[in-house]
Amino acid sequence: MVDRQIEFKILRYDPDSDEAPHWQSYSVPCDPDWVVLDAINWIKDNVDESLSYRWSCHMAVCGSCGMMVNGEPTLSCKAFLRDYPNTIEVEALNNFPIERDLVVVLDRFMESLAKVKPYIIPKEPRTAEDGTYTQTPAQLKAFKQYSMCINCTLCYAACPQVGLEDGFLGPAALALAHRYNLDSRDVGRSAREDVLTEHDGVWACSFVGACSQVCPKDVDPAAAIQQAKIASTIDYFKERLLPGRSR
Amino acid sequence: MSRRPYVRPISRTGWWTTQKRYTEYMAREVTCVFIGAYTVLLVWGLMRLSQGQEAWDSFVAGITGPVGILFHLVCLAFAFYNTVTWFRVTPKAMPLMFKGKRVPGTVIVGGHWAAWAGVTLVVLIVAGI
Ligand code: SF4
Ligand code: FES
Repeated sequence: MVDRQIEFKILRYDPDSDEAPHWQSYSVPCDPDWVVLDAINWIKDNVDESLSYRWSCHMAVCGSCGMMVNGEPTLSCKAFLRDYPNTIEVEALNNFPIERDLVVVLDRFMESLAKVKPYIIPKEPRTAEDGTYTQTPAQLKAFKQYSMCINCTLCYAACPQVGLEDGFLGPAALALAHRYNLDSRDVGRSAREDVLTEHDGVWACSFVGACSQVCPKDVDPAAAIQQAKIASTIDYFKERLLPGRSR
Repeated sequence: MSRRPYVRPISRTGWWTTQKRYTEYMAREVTCVFIGAYTVLLVWGLMRLSQGQEAWDSFVAGITGPVGILFHLVCLAFAFYNTVTWFRVTPKAMPLMFKGKRVPGTVIVGGHWAAWAGVTLVVLIVAGI
């Protein structure tokens, strides 16, 4: 195959020497079958070994290679060069502080995840001797889509509310909370309720829908959040209007 | 090696101009202003009606004049845009299941349009058109 010469503009930032990030250009002889990540690997191997970025699986599974590619949050291992023009801009994911080059600081995302208790909270403790849980296909289907998240944070980079509201838990964490709330093995809905309905929870979402447009796994976090809003509204009225129910 | 994370600035007022999908979102939100304005007009009309024949006649003359018609057309256009964009996102808020299968989004959106057509028909019949 004939190589295709592509101009890569990469936003570089070295915390040891740079006051602010700056663009640097690289002309890369690309195999037509490459993805953006291959070209970045080529730059690191052949031109500039100091270029920093994250990746691991090269198959859209690990979720670590997210970058802004021509302004769009993208898994760079899934971004085929044949779908791009001859100039490609690559920048660290939006809405996150830049640690170095294309590497972002993920603390906020990690903290948001922890806050929503993203694990099964069972009715009573269960040991290995008790055997596995059983679930019908319908029970599985209720949440399966929301369990496909690979924590790539593309949805955070796409969401304007994440950028504007520092504390907003963000799409993936809220979708995950909804995923566990929908799980028939879980009884943690009330334990998650406060964090979901507080100022930084589902109501901070203004339903732009950008998260779902960029999600590489079709998780559709925007849908999860709207459904969580409806569920929390119903809970609110149930708690206040039905006798014998308390929080 | 030192840690000195760089935070890229975001414009608090101009963020919605930076991406097409943000601008579309803003357009959807802003068009609700016209729906609000038309609601005010309807309430105003009711008030004039309660004030007697003369007040009502002058209200009707106002809304059927050129400015009134222009206002209606503008409100209709923006209300239509608002409706189309909101109907389009309804499947996200309603994950309906039927016989263990998820109801396709097109059916949910179509259902909304069918309901809209039904209500419009009833309104037209009641209005005697
Ligand atoms: S919801 Fe989608 S975009 Fe967001 S972190 Fe999970 S896989 Fe990535
Ligand atoms: S390298 Fe694992 S998702 Fe791209």
